Amino acid sequence: MTLELALNAIVSGFLLAGLYAIASLGLTITFGLLEIPNVAHPTFIVLGAYCAQFANSLGVDPVVAGVLFAPAFYLGGMALYQAYYHSFERRGRSNTLQSFTFFFGIALVLQVSLILAVGVDLTSVRAAYIGKSLTIGVVTMPYRLVVPFAIGTVVGAGMWLFLTRTRMGLAIRAVAHDADALRIVGLSPTRAKGRAFGIAMMTASLAGAALIVVSPVDPFSGTQYIGRTFAIVVLAGMGSVPGTLAAALVIGLLESLVVTFVGATWAPGVAFAALLGTLAIRPSGIFGMAR
Amino acid sequence: MSERRGIIGALLVLALGAMAPRVVTNAYVFYAGFVALQYVVIATAWNILGGYAGYVNFGSGAFVGLGMYAAIFLFNGMGAPLWVQILGAAFAGGLLGLGMGYLTLRIQGVYFSIATLALTTVLSTVIVNWSFVGGARGATVLAAQPTVWFPSIVSYVFFAMLVLAVMSLAMARWMERSWIGRGLAALRADENAAECAGVPTLKLKLLAATISGALLAMAGAPYPYYASYVEPDSAFSINYALNALAMPLIGGTRNWTGPLIGALLLSGVEQAATVTIPSEINLLIVGLVLIGFVVMAPDGLLGLAARAIALGKRS
Repeated sequence: MTLELALNAIVSGFLLAGLYAIASLGLTITFGLLEIPNVAHPTFIVLGAYCAQFANSLGVDPVVAGVLFAPAFYLGGMALYQAYYHSFERRGRSNTLQSFTFFFGIALVLQVSLILAVGVDLTSVRAAYIGKSLTIGVVTMPYRLVVPFAIGTVVGAGMWLFLTRTRMGLAIRAVAHDADALRIVGLSPTRAKGRAFGIAMMTASLAGAALIVVSPVDPFSGTQYIGRTFAIVVLAGMGSVPGTLAAALVIGLLESLVVTFVGATWAPGVAFAALLGTLAIRPSGIFGMAR
Repeated sequence: MSERRGIIGALLVLALGAMAPRVVTNAYVFYAGFVALQYVVIATAWNILGGYAGYVNFGSGAFVGLGMYAAIFLFNGMGAPLWVQILGAAFAGGLLGLGMGYLTLRIQGVYFSIATLALTTVLSTVIVNWSFVGGARGATVLAAQPTVWFPSIVSYVFFAMLVLAVMSLAMARWMERSWIGRGLAALRADENAAECAGVPTLKLKLLAATISGALLAMAGAPYPYYASYVEPDSAFSINYALNALAMPLIGGTRNWTGPLIGALLLSGVEQAATVTIPSEINLLIVGLVLIGFVVMAPDGLLGLAARAIALGKRS
């Protein structure tokens, strides 16, 4: 009986990791690579969830909606980076008290706007696969977890290929490494960063769709993900995509085991303990280099 | 000279506060005054780490909530009087600040900020699961009539908060003018350079985190007496975290008067706003004003005033 519980906990933790991976990939780019502490990212994921919900109310599949809204999120991300660049980076005030607070303020304004627009009630989406599940032996896998897992895996693999195989991806990793060197070879660091920010924001649209497929969402859903996503990015080793997937797996499994054997109310503590533990013991993370 | 002026000023404010319950009969003055003074303590406490050292605490609400629950714990457990509750809260908050600081301040400031962001969720989870302090239902605290001097419990906690406010302002003013403040200013400007010049940066950061955490928790401690009912959602509300950040940034973070001005101004406006507009719109406005200030006036109102004076002299 306990074995069966443990097996189910491990499988659902594994599936949950897909959602956590896609929720964290945007931060792997903005915070991990560009060192811009975009604490508003989880709130943008919630915005993505509401966009998917809106499209779903018109009859569109939530995952398709996530893809459809991605270009708009890309443009939004570029615009947000421009605002950040002109307010802070260009004046040499990046990574200051004010630049952190800027993103905190954006998150707050976005969250309150969502409350004013849609209220504080939980909303959910409808799709053929939600509510059904796949049973193999004693293990039950709900499709509402399998679908986000698939999205997480595909986007994670795509992001890794993009960052290691394409010119734009290489430029983004180069700007993270040495912005001045990029200028010397004739590329604009600001443009590379702007695109990176836009791509990070695109993942928020997809992550939002995945989030609302997994469970109903309210405007406060983002707060749970602040600790979780940052814990994953730090545990991964800043800016590492394979690390992000591995760290998402660690957090997903730990949380699922805690939910099954300790109690659901203690789950938020897992990511926080992982974050503090990583910072105290190995700040460079699993896949990170010393910095 | 200036030391003596500060002490006289502080004593004068305390004497006026002690006289107030004998003169003022309108209870609303004490209810509103308590909130304003609580924010003076919170803004000043936040600024000791945020303004002086440049390390952003996004989780002030967690420290304030911890203070409230430390007070409830001591009240439920042994019926401790208010001053014991405040000391207990200071101890718990200082310990939390020190612990968080020790784990995260050794690397980069950004990690400390991120950890504080997640702290509120974690602490409120602990409280929700802890039935001794009321759990999710909340806790009712019925304080006995305090003394003959104070006619009501609200005037009593008002005076307690006034003492805390004067104390935290004095603490901030003293730190600013001592070697501690100079050390913190040096590490804010350039941490590596400060370290090389012999400033004990880690010790100073931990000291600031401990004092700031203790004062934040102390600001929460009298609240259970004030409200007589506390539940986790309101104790750990976003309002504290946001205002703790917004007030110093709007007033000015470089010296002790900035948070004071910001706290009095913003809590006054918010208090007027609560009777006229919904609290969400109030939050939205504070958020937008905060973004406006960090982008356009990084040194707050005091910075704007200094710039205006400089312009006036030149022309």
